[in-house]
Amino acid sequence: MKRQSPGRAADYLPLAFPAAMLTLFFVVPFGTMVAVSFFRRVQGSFYEPAFVLDNYARFLSIFFGSVLGFSILLAAMVALICVSVGLPFTYLLSRLPRRLQVGWLVGLLAILSLSEVIIGFAWSTLFSRTAGISNLFAELGLLSAPVSLTPGFGAVLTGMVYQAFPYTVLVLYAPVARLDPSLAEAARTLGASPMRAFFNLIVPTLRNAIVATVILVFVFALGSYLLPQILGRPQHWTLSVLITDQAIYQSNLPFAAAMAIFLVLVSLALVGLALLLVRRAAV
Amino acid sequence: MARWWRRLFFFAVALFLAAPIVVVAAVSLNRQKTLTFPPHGLSLAWYGDVFADPEWRSALFASLLIAVSAAALAVATAFPLAWFNWRRKSRLGRVFQVLATTPFILPPVISALGFLSFWATIGVYGAPWTVVVSHAMFLVTLPLVTLTLGFASLDREIVEAATTMGANERLILRTIILPLMLPYILSGYAFVFVLSLNEYIVAYMVVGFTVETLPIKIFNSLRYGYTPTMAGVTVLFAAAAAAVFTLVARFGDLPRLLGAWAGRD
Repeated sequence: MKRQSPGRAADYLPLAFPAAMLTLFFVVPFGTMVAVSFFRRVQGSFYEPAFVLDNYARFLSIFFGSVLGFSILLAAMVALICVSVGLPFTYLLSRLPRRLQVGWLVGLLAILSLSEVIIGFAWSTLFSRTAGISNLFAELGLLSAPVSLTPGFGAVLTGMVYQAFPYTVLVLYAPVARLDPSLAEAARTLGASPMRAFFNLIVPTLRNAIVATVILVFVFALGSYLLPQILGRPQHWTLSVLITDQAIYQSNLPFAAAMAIFLVLVSLALVGLALLLVRRAAV
Repeated sequence: MARWWRRLFFFAVALFLAAPIVVVAAVSLNRQKTLTFPPHGLSLAWYGDVFADPEWRSALFASLLIAVSAAALAVATAFPLAWFNWRRKSRLGRVFQVLATTPFILPPVISALGFLSFWATIGVYGAPWTVVVSHAMFLVTLPLVTLTLGFASLDREIVEAATTMGANERLILRTIILPLMLPYILSGYAFVFVLSLNEYIVAYMVVGFTVETLPIKIFNSLRYGYTPTMAGVTVLFAAAAAAVFTLVARFGDLPRLLGAWAGRD
């Protein structure tokens, strides 16, 4: 049986339900958001239909610029840390016996699915003065007394790396696991150390997949909205936090929507680039 | 030598990943209502609170109900789409396939805001069922991916043989495709279930003021300071996620589901 092009209208029947659901509850909401981003905000109620560019003009403020800059910097740091640790990790993981691999994958999936609230809470506990790791450092004599490590930039960064690391490994897992094992063997036979084989052979072979992963993790980190609030101070707030804040607390849905559209455009452009790289790698 | 470095590396990563959960688990055993580690006195009382305290219990039930229904709706949406794309070569089918993968790749706050503006515009903002639909659409990518992989492993000749022997489409679907796809349906369901249970931002934006799901409840109580019940919930959630994915791994091929080739031991 070959895949056939649908001929009769009845052939399209299975598509009806998913198409209706996705159109009504994803495409239309998205369109609504685009429309709202041009609406005018009304104090005291939600908004009124209009076509104004005010919401986009607010991007030009220094405050918005600094939040955007901080978000990009933070997400880039998270992506670089995650991929530079995640790549050798995934490589070694894919060489473990299958049972162990599955065990790790289960653990990584479980952590990936953990709510941001829970991750934030867990790290704020670990960084707290009364129950945190600083107690351990104090015991060891590295610190004179336990201190609180949160809120702070380090705490935000750690929490976000924790959140993004399982994602990084799972994105890298497919290309790394599909690598031909005879590649590394050949390098070993020719006398290269495992380290050298990794850097001179594996990394260049996976170059496109690695760049694609950096981009995907960057976009993933851009989406973090609770960790900067739980583990950081207001100056550590990212664009995602700002969008939530404007939508819920300031009841300024049009401005929130405009920022979201901006975030969509940035993310889509980056994801498109990542897909292009993956496709080129696959050829 | 190299082996020891490798072990050390795995150990360090495991420590990093496990440390927060371990500390929270230990803290949750404190007898007093304090945030201290190591715990003072051991007690499991706070776990009982998750079920006994009416507020935590209702949050737990709300979350479970949402997750169960959203996962069903997501699978019901993804299955016909994956099936259609397996049988037919159609541009329209491709368009919806791509469309269904976008919510998962984009930062979640975008989908959340899209749902919020949509439900607010049509005037049902805050209705509890809206979060079920929102979660289903937000997470539909996962069953779609597992089912697309599943169909890719399905031998087309089985279907062809059945057709030759006179089986109609309905019979083929019921006796061949559904049974063979069951592991992929279940793992897709499990992914949506666990992620919906943990999801915060979409639930918060869509029904944050009318329904309190567990993640919303945890965040709201965090603002008023620490309670040991949160620690209990955290441990239960981590354990539940690990249990669900262990089941998925037991009944399916996890490395394959995650994109590695099958049968490469």
